[in-house]
Amino acid sequence: MLRVVLAEDAVLLRAGLVELLTRGGHEVAAAVGDAPALKRAVESEVPDIVVTDVRMPPGFRDEGLKAALELRADHADLPVLVLSQYVATAYATQLLSGGGTSLTGLGYLLKDRVGEVADFLDALRRVAAGETVVDPEVVRVLLARRTRPLARLTPREHEVLALMAQGLTNQAVAHRLTVTEASVVKHASNIFAKLDLDPAEGNRRVLAVLAHLRDSATEEPPPPSP
Amino acid sequence: MRGHPPDGADGPTEPDGPDGPDGPDGPSRAREPHVQGGGGHEREAASAPVPVAVWDAMRHLPPHRFLFSSWPLRCWAYLCGGVPLGFAVLLAMAALLVGGLVLSVVGVGLALLVGAALAGLPLGRLERRRLRLVEPQPLPDPHRPVSDAGLRAWLRTRCGERATWRELGYAWLLALVSPAVGLGVALLLLFAGLLVVSPVLVWALAPDTVMIIPGEAVPHPLAALPFTAVGALALALAAYAAGLLTGVHVRTAHFLLAPRDEPLTRHVRELTRSRARLADAFEAERRRIERDLHDGAQQQLVALTMTLGFAEMELGDGNPAVAELLARGRGEARRALEQLRDLVRGIHPQVLTDHGLAAAVTEVALRHPVPVAVDIDLPHRLPDAVETTAYFTVTEALANAAKHSGAGRVTVTGRLRNGRLTLRITDDGRGGADPARGTGLTGLADRLAILDGRLTVASPVGGPTELTVEVPCSA
Repeated sequence: MLRVVLAEDAVLLRAGLVELLTRGGHEVAAAVGDAPALKRAVESEVPDIVVTDVRMPPGFRDEGLKAALELRADHADLPVLVLSQYVATAYATQLLSGGGTSLTGLGYLLKDRVGEVADFLDALRRVAAGETVVDPEVVRVLLARRTRPLARLTPREHEVLALMAQGLTNQAVAHRLTVTEASVVKHASNIFAKLDLDPAEGNRRVLAVLAHLRDSATEEPPPPSP
Repeated sequence: MRGHPPDGADGPTEPDGPDGPDGPDGPSRAREPHVQGGGGHEREAASAPVPVAVWDAMRHLPPHRFLFSSWPLRCWAYLCGGVPLGFAVLLAMAALLVGGLVLSVVGVGLALLVGAALAGLPLGRLERRRLRLVEPQPLPDPHRPVSDAGLRAWLRTRCGERATWRELGYAWLLALVSPAVGLGVALLLLFAGLLVVSPVLVWALAPDTVMIIPGEAVPHPLAALPFTAVGALALALAAYAAGLLTGVHVRTAHFLLAPRDEPLTRHVRELTRSRARLADAFEAERRRIERDLHDGAQQQLVALTMTLGFAEMELGDGNPAVAELLARGRGEARRALEQLRDLVRGIHPQVLTDHGLAAAVTEVALRHPVPVAVDIDLPHRLPDAVETTAYFTVTEALANAAKHSGAGRVTVTGRLRNGRLTLRITDDGRGGADPARGTGLTGLADRLAILDGRLTVASPVGGPTELTVEVPCSA
């Protein structure tokens, strides 16, 4: 059971999410409707995880996401799951590159996912456990057109990477793709090799995903014109 | 945005001498935007005569203060500067005309004749800047912006403008009148100056040799003092005469070089303003629709998928047929959400509001079927209207590149220089795009024109196609 602080300004969705979380066996410590209230609730309730909308009052821009980043700056290990209507990779990049020193316990999911109740609750648990979860749709956009390093990946490796980006373990990837875990391990090491990721460099799974998310923010400059 | 006028606009009293006034290249080079809204009211009291700064100074300052201000020096400089300029224009005109007539048999002469007809253009520009020597405000450019690239379009626009022909008239006037005026002032100055320093001359050249009045040599330096007084009077006269003549020149320049507030022009200005208001209202409406969809339909659909999810949970393994129906319903709701999301993005992408132009264009590039390299580097966020228009111009250009050009690669670069956003969209496709035929491009050019920006399309057959967007963004 997780203690959740929920921030969502649409009353209908807030009620729905509270129901969903409660049905999933979690405790909603506070359900608030704007960014300042979210920050206050986190300070008073000390939750296990924060679930927040991107767009919230007072400005109806990205207040929710900004509040989450500020919370991360104060509480480096606070897991945050951001729910969004935007596939735009800039938001996911903003979350992952601004989420403090540690890259663990961050999630960016489209709101559509709440309909797949079991998957959503699974993602929630994984973020709370410190994994990084990025919505497959966002990853798909990133992978659909990529610059040189990713162009070297085979379609199968793309699939594996997309699933890794969702925070799945090798075992879970193997299950989804109905292949053996050994072949997933082989695919993964191929991906790391093609992306020039050093085994000594921490969590390569996260790095592999981040490489693309960060790339998307600063596209390579065009080649010098003749 | 407009710089301050050089000294003397409202405080021309300090007796400044050597460091004089600012040159025509003063600190401010900001141009008055054409017809565009904003300070358009200043000229609307149409028939009132244009104020002339030097005349105001002459009228309102007591003589001793006027004479020791920077005004006389500036007027003399302005008028004397007209001498070489006038002669140069005269020579150039004569050369172009004679050369043109002689060579017209060969055909090259026609180009020279056209040159002679358009000679007022560069001169007008120079004179509008030179006017800054004696006027606090620069004259606005009377010419319309040329919308299309190429010499032919430029010639057509310029030859069709009355401003061009008024400038030609000004050029002839300058060539014929201002050398004479300038020389007269210069001679008067020289004469007065010599009289003022006559005691020194007498002392330096030895007494009894200098004759000021013919036949009467001045015996010693002190005897020349009365002439000094006459010289000083002549200087004062030269100062006032120069002020008067400069004022006449300023009036003439205003009459011939400034944009005319003809009824038609005023009408155009009103239309331009209402067009800008319409565009603003249109944009506000788009944002409202986007907000309504986000707060309404999108949330409802998310809630629907959630409810269907709960139903699936409750059902458990109970009834496979119902479970399948529920899953199908959830899938349909999700597809509706996806379509709605695409629709909303087309109306007004939130990433543009939250993250700015570079991020928003990058997102479009990621979804584009042709590889797009985005290199947009801006020091800060731009005004909303500029960002929105620039964004939709880029998306339209990218869509065209994908649809028509057969390009294998597109490059989008964006920079902010001197307060102007310049975007360049280049593809390596087959070219031959005609902005006159593509309604999309025409619409974008219109949207840009509202912001005083412009779109130029260079697309030779065989490629490459290059679209250039330039928008001023004074925040």
